[in-house]
Amino acid sequence: MAEAISDRESKILGIIETARAKRAKFRDPHITMSHGAGGKATSTLVEGLFVPAFASPALESLADAAALSVDGVQLAMTTDAFVVKPLRFPGGSIGGLAVNGTVNDLAMGGARPLALTLSLVLEEGLPAEILRAEVDAIACAARAAEVEIVAGDTKVVERGLADGMYICTAGLGRRDPRASLAPDQLAPGDRILLSGSIGEHGTAIMLARGELGLDADIESDTRSLWPAVDGLFDAAGVGVHCLRDATRGGVASVLNELARASGVAIVVREADVPVAATVAGAAELLGIDPMYVANEGKFVAFVAAEHAAQALAALRALPGGEAAAEIGEVKTEPPGMVLVETAFGGRRVMDQLVGDPLPRIC
Amino acid sequence: MRFVDEFRDAELGRSLAGEIMASVESERHYKIMEVCGGHTHSIYKYGIDDLLPPNVELVHGPGCPVCVIPMGRVDDGISLAREPGVIFTCFGDMLRVPGSQQTLLDAKAEGADVRIVYSPLDALRIAKQNPEREVVFFAIGFETTAPSTALTVRRAKAESVSNFSVMCSHVTIVPPLRALLESPDLRLDGFIGPGHVATIVGARPFQFLPQQYGKPVAISGFEPLDLLQSVLMVLRQLAAGRAEVENQYARVVPWEGNLRALEVMSEVFALRPHFEWRGLGFISQSALRLADEYSEWDAEQRFPVPGVRVADPKACQCGEVLKGVIKPWECKVFGTACTPERAIGTCMVSPEGACAAYYNYGRFAREREVV
Repeated sequence: MAEAISDRESKILGIIETARAKRAKFRDPHITMSHGAGGKATSTLVEGLFVPAFASPALESLADAAALSVDGVQLAMTTDAFVVKPLRFPGGSIGGLAVNGTVNDLAMGGARPLALTLSLVLEEGLPAEILRAEVDAIACAARAAEVEIVAGDTKVVERGLADGMYICTAGLGRRDPRASLAPDQLAPGDRILLSGSIGEHGTAIMLARGELGLDADIESDTRSLWPAVDGLFDAAGVGVHCLRDATRGGVASVLNELARASGVAIVVREADVPVAATVAGAAELLGIDPMYVANEGKFVAFVAAEHAAQALAALRALPGGEAAAEIGEVKTEPPGMVLVETAFGGRRVMDQLVGDPLPRIC
Repeated sequence: MRFVDEFRDAELGRSLAGEIMASVESERHYKIMEVCGGHTHSIYKYGIDDLLPPNVELVHGPGCPVCVIPMGRVDDGISLAREPGVIFTCFGDMLRVPGSQQTLLDAKAEGADVRIVYSPLDALRIAKQNPEREVVFFAIGFETTAPSTALTVRRAKAESVSNFSVMCSHVTIVPPLRALLESPDLRLDGFIGPGHVATIVGARPFQFLPQQYGKPVAISGFEPLDLLQSVLMVLRQLAAGRAEVENQYARVVPWEGNLRALEVMSEVFALRPHFEWRGLGFISQSALRLADEYSEWDAEQRFPVPGVRVADPKACQCGEVLKGVIKPWECKVFGTACTPERAIGTCMVSPEGACAAYYNYGRFAREREVV
């Protein structure tokens, strides 16, 4: 009897396994907010509709930036859209976010950012001073990131349509020869480094909307990540296997994507994940897990074990990198899963984000 | 964080886990139900399952307030949300609960004005800000959230806010527990009692569990040490052959409950003769409606509501899973007709439901080693 039951159980598990391994299908009758949340619904859209339709090898790797080679020159190219609400928030605004978000996609592809394009979708009635402030913010962030704005476009839509402004960008960078990165290059034994404390951007936006009646001194962490990547390449070059910035869906979503892409298990030690006390407090009150909250200036790096110590030292030596930490390790079994050793001593699975705790954060 | 970290001390956790280990008989299998969805959440969040001996099993109970709302009721909510001029407000986790055809999130995407609120008072505020619109609040939850709905309705009456109404789907905890216990095939040894509900109703209403059914209870807080201590309390009662209500969460839960909250609830609400629970069927006197004096604020009185019952598919065995009679994967529709993407029963709706948890990862956490 016991034998029969376990046969039946493994048969059912087999059915589930097959279903989960299939490429995500996009079957929904219309777009809901969850399709923009970076979780499961977004995957169905990207992997079930866009990637098959465009059939490009560079696209299929699902990296933050496409790796291109033009006459032997190693380039990276990316595009991004920004619809954050409100336009200004503690620690930044939509303009700076657009520049940093785009150069960070390039940096995560191991590329030094070179040039950006900028398309502005403006709402009829937008006060000129708000536009001026955002143009200044863009110029300032571009200077700081040492990247040029080389082309642009402007469109205006009727009042009520674009919540002030949306920004679309494209970014071009040159891939750095010191490292070779890919989302499917994680190897068992790799150490997982986190470039700083997490959850600040998402929490700052949430509080800035003023819907929660909660006040705390939390600023967005938006900034260019190239200097940190540059330092990391100097210290650990070939030992760096993959980089990913933990934006929408937070560190948890990034780790899930990569565990699936590389077919490995990831184990995270919760107690070693840096979270500022203010962010931890707000998350506690709101019942959310900082591991799922968006960042705009933090990344995870997968580094070969023998290079991990120098890599971590390099991250910590940079301004703003003081809280960088090694948070876990890549394992073999069970493949595609992210497990957390909780600070309390238990173990659980940290799944992909389902649904959207907070729309329009970037 | 002060007053939080103290309840998450890993050292103390290990020592409690050791005491639990010492208090179980190795050849006996223990099934303890945590009634409240909040407990289920903490158990997953801190990996409490992982700290218990393999023969102590926690069974997730019917206390997840969104998962127990039946499909027909979600359909009614969607129908209200589609009424011209209506702003439909609800808690965020209600958006994804499947009705017979779609979710509130789908209705929102098709143009219904559905807004997330964090408290019923937010909904009342929206009503005051939009006097030309009708604002409906989808009130769900156990006795934990019912008092704030009651206070809001009372305030709407006091301030004569006439464009505000409530679709009352509040439920009560004792009737479904009784329904579970009445079942002849029940396989539960004891209960972790719901701390938040007990804060309102007190510990006293749970006395029927030991007195009529001989099952030990520990009313528990929500921190990991609370839960481990409560498991230990139940196991010690079992070892000693005792059955009583113990109050682990005495720092918050008074024996008699919160009398003021109970008073406002009894003023604003009346018991429904019966209410349908997803996966559990109809249970007598298990839900609340607005009392007749407040019927003006009752959305079901104000708007036409289809009220069509959508039967749970016959094959759904949530009831058996909740009673601990079968494992999730033993259900006829598990993993085939019923998946987290297309959930049929309450246990699959919420990611913390027993079936969804098992579908997504329980099998890894329990059965496979990390290498």
